Amino acid sequence: MNERVAPERLAPEPRAEERKAPPAQTAATGYIGASVPRANAKRLLEGRGCYVDDLKLPRLAHVVFFRSPHAHARIRKLDLSRARTQPGVLAAFDGRAIAEYCSPWVGVLGHLKGIKSPPQHAVAIERACSQGEAVAAIVAETRAQAEDALQHVEAEWEELPAVTGMEEALAGRTVIHPELGDNICFRRELATEGVEQAFAAADLVVEETFGFGRHTGVTLEGRSILADYNAAEHSLTVYQATQAPHMMQDIFSRHLGIPEANVRVICKDVGGSFGIKVHVYPDEMATAAISVMLRRPVKFAADRLESFLTDIHAREHKAKVRLACTRDGRILAFDLDDLTAIGPYSVYPRTSGIEGNQVVNLTGGPYRHQEYRARLNVVFTNKNVTCQYRAVGHPVAVALTEGIVDVAAAKLGLDPAEFRRRNLIPDDAYPYTFPSGIKFEKLSHHQCLDKLLALMDYAGLRAEQAQLRTRGVYRGIGLAAMIEVTNPSPAFYGVGGARISAQDGATVRLEPSGMVTCLSSVTEQGQGTDGIFAQICATAVGVSVDQVRVITGDTGVTPYGGGTWASRGAGIGGEAVLQAGKALKSNILDLAAAVLGADKATLEVRDNAVCDKATGESKLPLAEVGRIGYFRPDTLPLKFQAELSATRHYTPREYAFTFTNGIQASLVEVDTDTGFVRLLKHWCVEDCGTVINPLLVDEQIRGGIVQGIGAAMLEECLYSAEGQLLNGSLADYLVPMTGDVPDIEVAHVCTPTRQSELGAKGVGEAGTAGAPGAVMNAINDALAPLGARVTDQPFTPERILKALKKV
Amino acid sequence: MEEFFETTITVNGTPVTRRVAARTHLVDFLREELGLTGSHTACEHGVCGACTLRVDGQILRGCLMLAVQANGRKVDTIEGLSDAGEIRDLQAAFHERNALQCGFCTPGVLMTAQELLRDRPEATRDEIREFMSGNLCRCTGYQAIIDSIEAVLIARRRTGRL
Amino acid sequence: MKASSFGYARPESLAEALELLARHGERAKLLAGGQSLIPSLNLRLSSPALLIDLGNLSELEGIALQGKDLRIGALTRHRAIERSPVVAAHAPLLAQAAPHIAHVAIRNRGTFGGSLAMSDPAAEWPACCLALGASIVVASARGERRVQAERFFKALYATDLAPDEILVAAEIPAAAADSRSVFLELARRRGDYAIVGVAAQARRSKGRLQDVRLAFLGVAAVPLLARRAMAALEGGPCDAAAIAAAERALGDELEPMADLYHSAATKLHLARVLAGRALAALAA
Repeated sequence: MNERVAPERLAPEPRAEERKAPPAQTAATGYIGASVPRANAKRLLEGRGCYVDDLKLPRLAHVVFFRSPHAHARIRKLDLSRARTQPGVLAAFDGRAIAEYCSPWVGVLGHLKGIKSPPQHAVAIERACSQGEAVAAIVAETRAQAEDALQHVEAEWEELPAVTGMEEALAGRTVIHPELGDNICFRRELATEGVEQAFAAADLVVEETFGFGRHTGVTLEGRSILADYNAAEHSLTVYQATQAPHMMQDIFSRHLGIPEANVRVICKDVGGSFGIKVHVYPDEMATAAISVMLRRPVKFAADRLESFLTDIHAREHKAKVRLACTRDGRILAFDLDDLTAIGPYSVYPRTSGIEGNQVVNLTGGPYRHQEYRARLNVVFTNKNVTCQYRAVGHPVAVALTEGIVDVAAAKLGLDPAEFRRRNLIPDDAYPYTFPSGIKFEKLSHHQCLDKLLALMDYAGLRAEQAQLRTRGVYRGIGLAAMIEVTNPSPAFYGVGGARISAQDGATVRLEPSGMVTCLSSVTEQGQGTDGIFAQICATAVGVSVDQVRVITGDTGVTPYGGGTWASRGAGIGGEAVLQAGKALKSNILDLAAAVLGADKATLEVRDNAVCDKATGESKLPLAEVGRIGYFRPDTLPLKFQAELSATRHYTPREYAFTFTNGIQASLVEVDTDTGFVRLLKHWCVEDCGTVINPLLVDEQIRGGIVQGIGAAMLEECLYSAEGQLLNGSLADYLVPMTGDVPDIEVAHVCTPTRQSELGAKGVGEAGTAGAPGAVMNAINDALAPLGARVTDQPFTPERILKALKKV
Repeated sequence: MEEFFETTITVNGTPVTRRVAARTHLVDFLREELGLTGSHTACEHGVCGACTLRVDGQILRGCLMLAVQANGRKVDTIEGLSDAGEIRDLQAAFHERNALQCGFCTPGVLMTAQELLRDRPEATRDEIREFMSGNLCRCTGYQAIIDSIEAVLIARRRTGRL
Repeated sequence: MKASSFGYARPESLAEALELLARHGERAKLLAGGQSLIPSLNLRLSSPALLIDLGNLSELEGIALQGKDLRIGALTRHRAIERSPVVAAHAPLLAQAAPHIAHVAIRNRGTFGGSLAMSDPAAEWPACCLALGASIVVASARGERRVQAERFFKALYATDLAPDEILVAAEIPAAAADSRSVFLELARRRGDYAIVGVAAQARRSKGRLQDVRLAFLGVAAVPLLARRAMAALEGGPCDAAAIAAAERALGDELEPMADLYHSAATKLHLARVLAGRALAALAA
């Protein structure tokens, strides 16, 4: 199947007259652009947060799962009778019992043509398709008792052949789901018309195959859920560590058969998400079903071993990439062949096809070549499922692109920075359509490159590098330019039939005391949603930031919306807050005009009071507006109704995605005797449009970079050939600690999106997207004089020693 | 049958006596029995540092000490340190610099940092990174954490608190 | 995961602990610092019927110079060794090795004797005891005996301790005035278990090395004394040729086992690199 157009075709081209003017001096107004410490951090600093596992309810029961020890096996016998009689045990269920209360699901999307996956149950029936898949649930009064009873589950298994290698899966000699015909979940091919010709005409064609280790998000708080079914009103309240409460409300409603209005999902403090907590997990669905079955609250909190076995994994790819260019260093074309494995099911409801799809969309993304060919195969295997983890597909696409770009530059004898300068899309070329079909509103690659080179003193570092090499010290400098999908429109999921909202809503309410409450459908996972929304709201209404309270994460309270994913909270949810805040201000001024007998146009809200716009003289404190509006409306004109709440929604629609761009650099030193790499420094210049709070943005970029460094240097879910996870603990699966990462300098170029008044694009994933490519290029730059190269992440000492032919 | 052992621990300055199962580790005891949920469990094998507590003045992993082992000892948690105002400057520095995001690691990070402030007043930036290397933070880039601790070290040196 | 259920006893004297151990035998486990045992309990990798908590046996804690030996009690915490001026003066190798053990919160709690009894092949203290020629003091109802470190570490996680014995101390010959020591290890991250490590000590006079001791961790099922490499260096000048000979000899005597991330060949290579670095430091 050949495809010439990306999903965007479903979004209309922006009409020139619809484009809004860029926001005027946004950064200089109010709290937008100010480093305001976020108010909600204080409770976390005193240990007074409230995560799901901190909650207790009367009659709370605890559920644990009996999980498959095999990667692929038929359940011959499952006897729960002994487990049921253990001390404290309340119930034990197999997959059939749970399925009576929870219907299965299929993780496909209409716009990913041909994607397929079998129905998946909350608890497996008949067959387990990966190690760790739940096949029974034990409920007890305490977690320890439930675990004690697990030892008394009697299971007999018939082991089935496990397909664990990607190539093996593609070849399809053993088919995991025979009813699907083969092991291919999703396949996509695209080619521009002139791609063959471009490769034929090129002066230079370079090719390299890159490997990416399967890794995972490692949220410090494990997945956790407390489901509380109330039989009297057939209602379900779910406290869940999730990024998308409304999506989960819909899913609990449909799969448990409870009316949507009777399902309330509450998301209190969440201990890290990174995309891990935006998916439907069988054990969490089972917990909700069990609460219904037992008519009492039930809690499940994944322990670390369960997290490693069952939290979505990501990024297991092997990709061959070719680049064609001219003698003078002009890139003509990219050619990509990507193979990725996703486990036995496409994850619901976002599918496991998106990551590979993004690699196809984004490879070559910063450059101005016109020709492109890509082939993608997404295959099933008998390992844990993979799905969207922070920066979905980007780290793969960026490393492929920037890795092969460095190869081409080296062959041509061009400095990597200079080679990029010749090929990055010019800053005046927008709007721009990339050969994969994606559209860029306005990017700033060249400004970012210039800023980065100055920030890091690129020339100085190159001189130092050359000088150190003469002393046998091998330092390397790596660059990675990137683009990033943010602020997705309904073209991402909605058009494919998923009930995932691309819009967000905000309600802003004046309280009688003059304070302001802001309710938003975006959630807070630590990224600072509550803080920046307070800033935006305060700015829009005209109050000081300490007068604003933000409430998020409760489907029973907030407007409907998508939540936190795909770097969308600030850009989409923030715009809704801005518009709601402006609407409230207008309503406040209506009331003030009526009270003061003044022309509304002469009034403004500033510093918590209605004042004269011209002189700034305070006319009516907001506390007075609140008092009159709520307690003495009898004093207002007869036909005037005070409206001291306002709700607004926002959906980006002009572009399918609001792309951002940036560039990172890494400086490393390789110990060529041990293969150890020391990261000395990292730089990032990022253009996320309007920066609402630099303090939050910069450390979020750093955190993202550290996750990217983890992928490049340390992190990999290692499986045996039989499909057994070998490193399912924090002692064996290595994540970066303070000693493993360098200081990271962050700077910005600011190109606000014209699609919204706020002008904010997303930023949460940018660090993770670019860091692995930059680190890889730095290591290879260090190794270059020794004729060695590494292309398989993570870059362990052994891989580096092998490249150096020392082992 | 599960055996229970009478155990008396001075928690945040107040002695409490409970009958606890031998298998209950200290952080579960604090969380489940006393409702002190500021200390978190994230790996339960001593690697991540989220459960770091102070026992008899020294930090340790709350998941690697049984509650019965704490009999007769003084245990301090993030709640106690906060209420006593003992690490107010450290908390303020973290707040100002946004040295936390989700906050799940933060109580453990602060526990480790307060021992560093007490035991290593002359620590350099690299030594701070080393001392803190047993506390996993998956959100921040660690830099704001290191910056905050460094700033407090410098301020305490200046004001003679060290 | 939560530990499975177990019984618990907290003896107030060594005699009482030995009596409990004799009574319960292998159904009981001794709990010292717990920094290895408790993780294995929490992960249900170990489920003893009884834990005998040695925590109240203050008689087993402490560092003292006794004649020509440094005696370190089994319950002495890693952190105490790290910060002890007596250790720094008389067994500097231990002071060099201590910061490599995990992290401060673990070192505050984990014990010297616990580490020796656990005999993890990647742990620091067993290799140090080999390098220093320590003797391990063990007690039982039958009395006290001393075992040379070289005979104490028997196999993977197995020692010379009988089921009814408790390790009470290690006695380490105090370093001579012309003694030098180096401890090096490679770990992926600070505080992780070492991939390989070397504990080295020798006396150096007039450019020659004597009483060379090179003990490796992470290169076999047990900490290993590299006798052939030691022989290649003994009594001679520690020059490039001697170091090369020692590195070569390691190939015949180390028996590295692959771990999750490193093959046996990589570990051998890294052991040679570390040996070279350690010897260069001894000679410097």
